[in-house]
Amino acid sequence: MGMQFNETQMTEFKRLVARYPEGKQKSALLPALHLAQESFDGWLSTETMDYIASLLSIEPIEVYEVASFYSMYNLKPVGKFVFEVCQTGPCMVSGSDNIIDYIKQTLDIKPGETTKDGVFTLKLVECLGACGYAPMMQVGKIYKEHLTKEKVDVIIAEYRQLAASKN
Amino acid sequence: MGVKLLLDKANVPGIRTYDVYRREGGYTAVEKALKEMNPETIVEEVKKSGLRGRGGAGFPAGMKWSFIAKPEGVPRHLVCNADESEPGTFKDRYLMEFLPHLLLEGLIIASFALGSHDTYIYIRGEYAWIPDILEEAINEAKANGWLGKNILGTGFDCNIHVQRGAGAYICGEETALIESLEGRRGNPRIKPPFPAIQGLWMRPTVVNNVETLAAVVPIIKMGGDEYAKIGVGKSTGTKLISACGNINKPGVYEIDMTVSVEDFIYSEEYCGGIKGGKQLKACIPGGSSVPILPANLLLKTAKGETRYMNYESLSDGGFATGSMMGSGGFIVLDEDQCIVKNTLTLARFYRHESCGQCSPCREGTGWMEKILMKIEQGKGEMSDIDLLWDIQRKIEGNTICPLGDAASWPVAAAIRHFRDEFEWHVNNPELSQTSNFGLQHYADPIHVPA
Repeated sequence: MGMQFNETQMTEFKRLVARYPEGKQKSALLPALHLAQESFDGWLSTETMDYIASLLSIEPIEVYEVASFYSMYNLKPVGKFVFEVCQTGPCMVSGSDNIIDYIKQTLDIKPGETTKDGVFTLKLVECLGACGYAPMMQVGKIYKEHLTKEKVDVIIAEYRQLAASKN
Repeated sequence: MGVKLLLDKANVPGIRTYDVYRREGGYTAVEKALKEMNPETIVEEVKKSGLRGRGGAGFPAGMKWSFIAKPEGVPRHLVCNADESEPGTFKDRYLMEFLPHLLLEGLIIASFALGSHDTYIYIRGEYAWIPDILEEAINEAKANGWLGKNILGTGFDCNIHVQRGAGAYICGEETALIESLEGRRGNPRIKPPFPAIQGLWMRPTVVNNVETLAAVVPIIKMGGDEYAKIGVGKSTGTKLISACGNINKPGVYEIDMTVSVEDFIYSEEYCGGIKGGKQLKACIPGGSSVPILPANLLLKTAKGETRYMNYESLSDGGFATGSMMGSGGFIVLDEDQCIVKNTLTLARFYRHESCGQCSPCREGTGWMEKILMKIEQGKGEMSDIDLLWDIQRKIEGNTICPLGDAASWPVAAAIRHFRDEFEWHVNNPELSQTSNFGLQHYADPIHVPA
């Protein structure tokens, strides 16, 4: 596909690599994959991973094994917005099951699926460190906390609007 | 009101910015450390303070610092463990988000004491907005001469870098964190060699939790001896507790470790009691890995003494009747919570987070989740409870890193204290799908303060 960082992204990539000593550029792999995922439609294709490998002068397998280890990297295409809903103990005792059911029903998708219009993906995740503000979910960089059904409605409407304005 | 050393300025408007932080007495500890002290005397003060690692293990911080090897010509590194991922724990997030300069101050002092010229903050990837806050603070500190070259004219150079993880609980384990910081999977290393000898890029490295490093600031300001006077026994200083679950006031609280568990749960100063006027059923007092305790053993020890929020008291009775301070993630469960289901969500968590390196953990965590799922869905048999017990016992102590233990303990404690609830699920496959065991576990009414 010939994907490449644009100038701004490349500047950021170089800043990431510069944080480590000479010859230790592989340390920039995790941040570089975050940057790549943000830059290329929210997921890491094989081409993307190969590109990162070439930038860091490491073998592609060194990138694949890392990308498949960490849960934040998406190895399949995802919707424009990913709802990552926490389901671990503290969220569960605060009612996350109801929130998850409500999102499934409202968006008519199961965990791991994307809505037909390609706007939303639902992902169930483990503890995100927001236990005191449960139930919660992460959308991109943002935490949405103290979730209620009403709040979920507002969030969905908000992102639908955002998706429409992007088109 | 208890003593506050870390969060005393948390409510000052604008404390996140350099100007306000400095005006409120910020960076005076760095001045004192770099101008009036030397690396050895700083380590000595931290030793005297009795400060124990705040990430969960509780290892004396000064001791850890004193282990760092100093081979000629090999750079050393300080790494700040901000991979806070233990369910129930969200205190480091609070510190970084609202008091970034407090952490930086601790990092600069610790870097000076250890001789680290490039210090790294490894922060969990999901806290995606916090690196921006930290980097902003780093830039401010640099612009004001607290970071960079020749800090305060002492000849000491130091830079702090922020690295995001990408979703892996295991990276909170220090050697897994180092692997991740080197751009690899978070597979823990076999110790020895310990990081203090061969850590990041095989160089001598100290890894400390966010709260531990922040606590260095008051220790330098007041002196180790004064700090050690706060608290009780080997629980010196203050501890941040992140309280969550079925309580009226979830949040991050700073305690001086002399408060009783009962006061912590029921007083207005802290958790404000159980939500909705319900009864306390159980509590996991130190993050998901530590043993769950039923209400009666939580508020009082097996000997009938008041239990306090400190390292010694929380672990009084060992695992038979006690628990642990752990990371300070305090998870409260009310009468409506099902112990089997709660244990299942934790088992699923550990199965998801096992790095897969050691067979007992990789396989065992999956088996435990499956069996708990079976019991939770009303398909369990009595022998499954014994099987669960057997599996957890075979994981504990048989893995490279403590994740195996962390996965075993919640299952073991749930069966140890709530076996009747597991049996009730097996004996009542249908009823257990529509109602829960509630407080039937308790023969006597639970002691609940008025």
